[in-house]
Amino acid sequence: MNLIDLVEEKHSSKNTDSFKVGDTVKVHVIIREGNKERVQIFQGDVIAKRGSGLGATFTVRKTSFGIGVERVFPLHSKMIKKVDVVRHGKVRRAKLYYLRELKGKAARLKEKR
Amino acid sequence: MVEGLIGRKVGMTQTFDDAGNVIPVTVIKAGPCTVIQKKTEEKDGYSVLQLSLAEEKGEKRPSKPLVGHYTKSGIPPAKILREFRFRTQAEVKEGDQFFVDIFQVGERVRVVGTSKGKGFAGVIKRWGFHGGKASHGSMFHRSPGSIGASAFPSRVVKGKKLPGQMGNQRITVKNLTVIEADRDNNLLVVKGTVPGARGCYVLIKKEDFHPEEPEPERAKPAQPQAEKPEPEEKKAEKPAPEEVRPEKEEPEKEHEEKPQQEKVKPKEEKPEPEKDQPEAKESASKKDKEEPSEKPESESAPHEPQKEKKKE
Repeated sequence: MNLIDLVEEKHSSKNTDSFKVGDTVKVHVIIREGNKERVQIFQGDVIAKRGSGLGATFTVRKTSFGIGVERVFPLHSKMIKKVDVVRHGKVRRAKLYYLRELKGKAARLKEKR
Repeated sequence: MVEGLIGRKVGMTQTFDDAGNVIPVTVIKAGPCTVIQKKTEEKDGYSVLQLSLAEEKGEKRPSKPLVGHYTKSGIPPAKILREFRFRTQAEVKEGDQFFVDIFQVGERVRVVGTSKGKGFAGVIKRWGFHGGKASHGSMFHRSPGSIGASAFPSRVVKGKKLPGQMGNQRITVKNLTVIEADRDNNLLVVKGTVPGARGCYVLIKKEDFHPEEPEPERAKPAQPQAEKPEPEEKKAEKPAPEEVRPEKEEPEKEHEEKPQQEKVKPKEEKPEPEKDQPEAKESASKKDKEEPSEKPESESAPHEPQKEKKKE
């Protein structure tokens, strides 16, 4: 077995392939303020997944009050409590960067049925 | 106990700390290391431990002398032998084996390795010079430019950054934090980068002791006669040597040292009077009150170093 995998195993979170590029997801992010801990939800479309091992990340894009917001999360981060899939999108690319140039109705993704 | 091991760099990855921050880490396959030979002052002229890294594959075709060298420790000839000088090597025997659990999580270590060779590199790669324009007839692309002036100083200053061999050097990285020490798989995980390519040999040593480095006290040759047998004491004194000493040493001690000074060669004498200067002043002020008869002797002490300084 690869020795690096042995080290990574201890830190990897398990169900990481529950969502795909094009899915609309709710990311439950743990936020620490002093001693208090609360969960914030970031909802948007997954437009990219990259990397392998513990270095893997995914990018979620949403439009907030007409302004596009993108957030990159480490896939195995401890600060992510869970990722809920709201709906599966039908896409033909691995990276949906073209959505950045589109607005409103054009920036929608078809649902996979 | 040994305070260092031989290892092989496995590669880099990242982990997360409790706050959720990403930490870049290097994985090293360290140990088990066997003591092959214990060199002593009497026999070999210097005292070290010779360690060898036990790997799955040993030396393919070991020479007969190598086989003989390994027989005592009882392991097959390995590919690497390195000598270490440790603080507590007295109780270590030949044939003893040490594992990665000599390192604790959170401890600082330093890692020694051979950096990746870059060959004969120009100044842009080697020193980060900016270089000139590529086009528009610049005629000045990647060259170092002027390396000195003409009339003055009519030479190139020493240490000028110029092209040359880059990499393939012995590099020490200090103060790496141990993130994980896995005894079962012989894996050591340290925070940060380690010199060399994947698969290269590295030496890992504990950070809190380094006998091969000359300490400030040792560099000044007057003192160590008394301190040499107790290296640990030296460590404690290290942070504030000048502040502690005048308080510790009583004025009487100075008289004891003086005859010694005369015996020692003039070269070694130099650093000591400098050190003693504050002490002497203090003692002089004390003696003023206590014993006025000794005054002239103590006063002469601060004058001595000034004369010697002029000679230098």
